[in-house]
Parts: sequence; C-alpha cells; structure tokens
Amino acid sequence: MDDGHSASQPILRLRGVSKQFGAVKALEDIELDIHPGEVVALVGDNGAGKSTLVKVLAGVHQPTGGTIEFMGQPVAMDSPGKAIELGIATVFQDLALCENLDVVANLFLGQELSPWALDEVQMEVQAWTLLRELSARIPSVREPIASLSGGQRQTVAIARSLLTDPRIIMLDEPTAALGVAQTAEVLNLIERVRDRGLGVILISHNMEDVRAVADRIVVLRLGRNNGVFTAADSNSDLIAAITGATENAVSRRQARKLEDVGEPT
Amino acid sequence: MSDLKSQTALDRSDSRVRHDEGISGAIRGFVDRVRSGDLGMLPVIVGLVLIATVFWSLNPVFLAPNNLANLLFDAAAVGCISLGIVCVLILGEIDLSVGSMSGLASAILGVIWVQMGLPVPLAILVALAAGAFMGLVYATLLNRFGMPSFVSTLAGLLAMLGLQLYLLGSTGSINLPYASFMVRFGQIHVMPAWFSYLLAIAPGALMLWLGIDRMRRRTAVNLSNPGGMSVLLAKSGILTVLLLVAVHYLNGGRGIPWMFGLFVALVVAMNYALTRTQWGRAMFAVGGNREAARRSGIDVRRIRMSAFMLCSTLAALGGMLAASRLASSSQQAGTGDVNLNAIAAAVIGGTSLFGGRGSAWSALLGVIVIQAISNGLTLLNLSSSLRYMITGGVLAIAVIVDSLARQSRASHGRA
Repeated sequence: MDDGHSASQPILRLRGVSKQFGAVKALEDIELDIHPGEVVALVGDNGAGKSTLVKVLAGVHQPTGGTIEFMGQPVAMDSPGKAIELGIATVFQDLALCENLDVVANLFLGQELSPWALDEVQMEVQAWTLLRELSARIPSVREPIASLSGGQRQTVAIARSLLTDPRIIMLDEPTAALGVAQTAEVLNLIERVRDRGLGVILISHNMEDVRAVADRIVVLRLGRNNGVFTAADSNSDLIAAITGATENAVSRRQARKLEDVGEPT
Repeated sequence: MSDLKSQTALDRSDSRVRHDEGISGAIRGFVDRVRSGDLGMLPVIVGLVLIATVFWSLNPVFLAPNNLANLLFDAAAVGCISLGIVCVLILGEIDLSVGSMSGLASAILGVIWVQMGLPVPLAILVALAAGAFMGLVYATLLNRFGMPSFVSTLAGLLAMLGLQLYLLGSTGSINLPYASFMVRFGQIHVMPAWFSYLLAIAPGALMLWLGIDRMRRRTAVNLSNPGGMSVLLAKSGILTVLLLVAVHYLNGGRGIPWMFGLFVALVVAMNYALTRTQWGRAMFAVGGNREAARRSGIDVRRIRMSAFMLCSTLAALGGMLAASRLASSSQQAGTGDVNLNAIAAAVIGGTSLFGGRGSAWSALLGVIVIQAISNGLTLLNLSSSLRYMITGGVLAIAVIVDSLARQSRASHGRA
C-alpha cells in the first residue's frame, strides 16, 4: 500500500488548470495528482474554489486553461456523461437525486439494466446487495426518495456513484448532514472504497473527518494551491493554510517540504 | 445464522417497515397512499361514476350502447392528442398548439389526398412528418434559445392556424369521400364481436401471466412478493369481469370502434415505453429533477426533443382521425375547445402539470371523462356556450385536485 503511491502512475493528473467566470478567477494554476488507493482531502475556506474544481472534474464546467490527464492520457471532459464514462464518479453536495423516483430508479438512473425492457427484479436485487455491502439502513428501495431522511439520501447518492465501477470517486461534503453514527459509517465506507484500489477525493469542512481518513490534505485558497499536508501535521498549520492567517515564508517552506516528500518525481 | 438470514427476503430485513400482506394489506396500502395525496386514478373513476349517474338520470339515452359507441368514436381523436400532451407534461413542459397542429394535419390530408389526388398513405405520412417537424422546432427553440415551451407553442398555435387557413383558403373546407376506408374507419368500422371478447380477456390474462412470472423471478432471487397470489388473482379477475361486462354491453349496440382500438393500442404502447424502458425512466427523471438527470448522464436535450416530436406527431394523427370522423377537412378543425380538451383530459386523468408524474392511462381515462361531459351536455340540448363553461369548470377542479394532492404528497414525504 505505502510504496504503491509513489510507484504507481496517478489515475488523475491536473496541471495548471484554471477556470474563469467572467472577471472572476475561480481557479488558477491548480495542480493535483490522485493515485489509486489514496484518499485525498480537498479543503479550503468558502470561495476557495473547491466546488468549482469538483464541477470541472465532473464535467459540469469546462476549464478555461490547463490540462487534465486520466491514466496518462490527456482528456477533455465536455459533459457529465463523459466524466462518468472515464470512471470519475461524483457525489454532489446537493446529491442530485430525483425525488419523484424510487431508490432503485435513482441508483440505476442513466445506466438501467436492459434498456428496452427494464429488468426491475435484477436491479432491485443489485440495489439491496450494494446497500447491504455498505451496511446502509434504507427501509425500502421501492419508496420515492422524497420519503427518505438526509443521511439515507447521502447513502443512496454514494451507492449510486459506486454502481458505475469508477476509478475515482469524488465526495462533496458527504458528512455535512449526518449524525455521529452515520458519519462514522460514511468514513468506513470511504476506507472500504479506497481499499478496493479506487482514488477518493473528499471535500469537507470537518477537519476531524478529513484527518481520520485522508492520506493527503490539499489546501486551496482563493482558487490556488496553498500547500499539501498529512494527518500528522498540526491543526494550526492546516488552519493557517486554509485561512491564510500566517501566510509567511515558514509556512510556505513547510508546505513545500511536505509536497516533496509526498510526491517524488 | 446464515440459514436464518437467507429465509428473510432481501427487502424484508428492516423491521421498521410495515409490510402489507395479502388482500387486506393491499387495501390498507391503497388507503394509505390515497390519504397521503397519491391519488392515482381515483378522482377520475369517482368523477366518471358521478357524471354517468347525473346524465343517466337526466336522459337515460346517455348510457345506451349506441351512444357509448359514439362516445368512443369521438374519444379516439382527442385521446391521441392527449396522449402526446402526457409526454410533454411529464417533462414539466406544455404544448398549447396541439389543436392547431391537428387542424393543420387534417388540412394537409385533405389537400394532398382529395385536391391533389395523391394516394392516402402519402398524405398521412406528410401530415405526420409535419407534426414531427413542429415538435423538432419547439424542442430546438427550448434547447438552443431557452424559449419557454409555453411561449413557443403559443406562437406555433397562431402560425399553424394561419397555415391551415391558407391551405384551405379557396374553398374553406374539403369533403373527404364517404366510401373511402379513411372515412369508414372514422365512422363505421367496428370490431367483430368474437375479437372484442378476446381483447377483453387479454389484459387480465396478460396481467396474471406477467404477475406469476414476476413472482417466480423475485422468489428465485430471494425478494418478497407483496400481496402474493391472492391480490394478483383478485386484480386480474375484477379487471376481466369489468371488461367483459363492458364489451358485452357495447356489443348489444354497434360494437367497439376500430378507431378506439387503435387509440387504446397507442396508449398501451406508450405505457410500456414510459414504464419499462430507459427512455421512459429518463422522461420522469428530467421532469422530476432536470439537473440530477443531466448529471447522471441523461441527454436532456434529446429527451425533450423526443417528447415534443411525439406530442406533435400524435396531435397530427389525432387531427387526421378527427377529419375521418367528420369526413371533412375544414377551417374549424382543431379550433375551439380541442386544445383545452386534450390538455384537460391528461390532467383530469392524473398527469401532473408540474412535471415528473403521470401515466399513459391518464389520457384514456381523462378523455372518456371529457367526452362523457361533452356528449351528455349535447344530449341535453345545451348550447355550446354552456358546454364550454362547464368543461372549463371541470378543468379548474382537476387542476385544484392536482395542486392539493401535490401539497399533501409533499407533507407526507411522497414527492
């Protein structure tokens, strides 16, 4: 596992990615590598560009500059369908579930079994099997999403992203709406996904959750990279990088040192 | 331990969910759904019984088999249009031009077939193609320019009405030949009795066969069968008896029109497409949450295009059925209440104006309600002014019921 990071080729490699909305530079010169079997946490203050980066990687927004390489090949993700096809699954913060459809329909949306004569029985079995693997507590898969609680919806959304057999899964604030036990379940789930050899990108405001599972913590600030940390680093360094409170030579140097250790070239 | 586990069905392991077993469970589940605002077909069936009782008490001819056969002839044309409306309503869009589209299609039929003397199939194809083209235009206006369908179809309504008047310009109306198959199909042709009985048995038998097959497959993969055999038998039995009684009663008069048979076949096909194919799933997903549908890789633009094209094409077909029913293509075809009747039928049948909910059956049931009202009021010799007002009132009530049911569903967590 440990030497796997350095030896293996990254699944996803971002170089100089930027995104501009009119006069606003939401992202500038972003560098990011995701290796198989690695949890990378993306942290930053409000407006740091986390959500924009997620949307770029999900194919919702197109970057205005820079290159994205997937498995060593440069790719253009011009639609959400393309990103899913490549193997980048995303669980958005607003979950994006259809409230009028039931759990099974939502899980398989856009990738139904036998498109011309939907195999409801098989889909229901797979839904139950998957939810059970994640030890999810969904009372019934034949109820519309509207009748589920916030945590249950989160579970459905994560389960859905796993159905496509992705290489990378992105979770945008997955624990924001969850209780203590459910948060622990989601963190377990993240580790289980990582152990399958997937790359996990975790976006969160909750430092406790981030430290619990992340192999690397990438800090964004005002649309730029602002250092890479590990769970071993002190909380105050991390907070300083996020808020920019002590942006000085010392913190920059420390960040650079860590980056060199994390990613030898 | 593992033995015990395998005995509990996959979907029965959570003890918090009440499982409705058998016939009493099915009834309890139904009552629960209705109370939470998931009304389904209930309002329309209550409405039909009410309408039939009122008109029958005012004029017993209303329920005579021959009058009902007439009603079915009339229902087929508007029903086809309404079936298309169901498609766009599921997306949360609207097509206000279906009346004009049907009028234009009947004009195209008259001009190409009668005036130019070209073969009927060609005329029908051209009219259907015109429908598909209009749908493509609406979808493009929405996809490329973000023009709300409410506005684009309103513009289309006027434009197509103009084209219809232009095509029929010199004469004002074209009579279709009485001896032709088209007109006989729209006025006379009914199914042979034996065939209609066969058709009456088919749905129940099919329901039973598919139901047993489904139960077998679910049991094989360790899923439970809510209701089980008893509910399945009861449902298919009741359905078969009802259909047999209805068919027998209608066969006492002129019989069941082929034209109505065509409409029902279209409804069945649409129902299959909406409930059992990936396309149908995508339709409901786009209607329920467009952004979620887009993010799961559904091509929202193509789905919209398919819905608008289906809607206009079915409207063109409905217009031609109406022309064959009246044996003429006239300037009045498709004007007046055709538009609103088609939309009202879909809404009365239970398809929501707010998108994401609906079924092909709502076109069938809704159009029968609309035609029953129109037919009953005609039998009472009421003027069309009163007929318009009453139909308008019924539409308003249907929308109120839809709106209230939606609020109730939201508060009961059923979307």
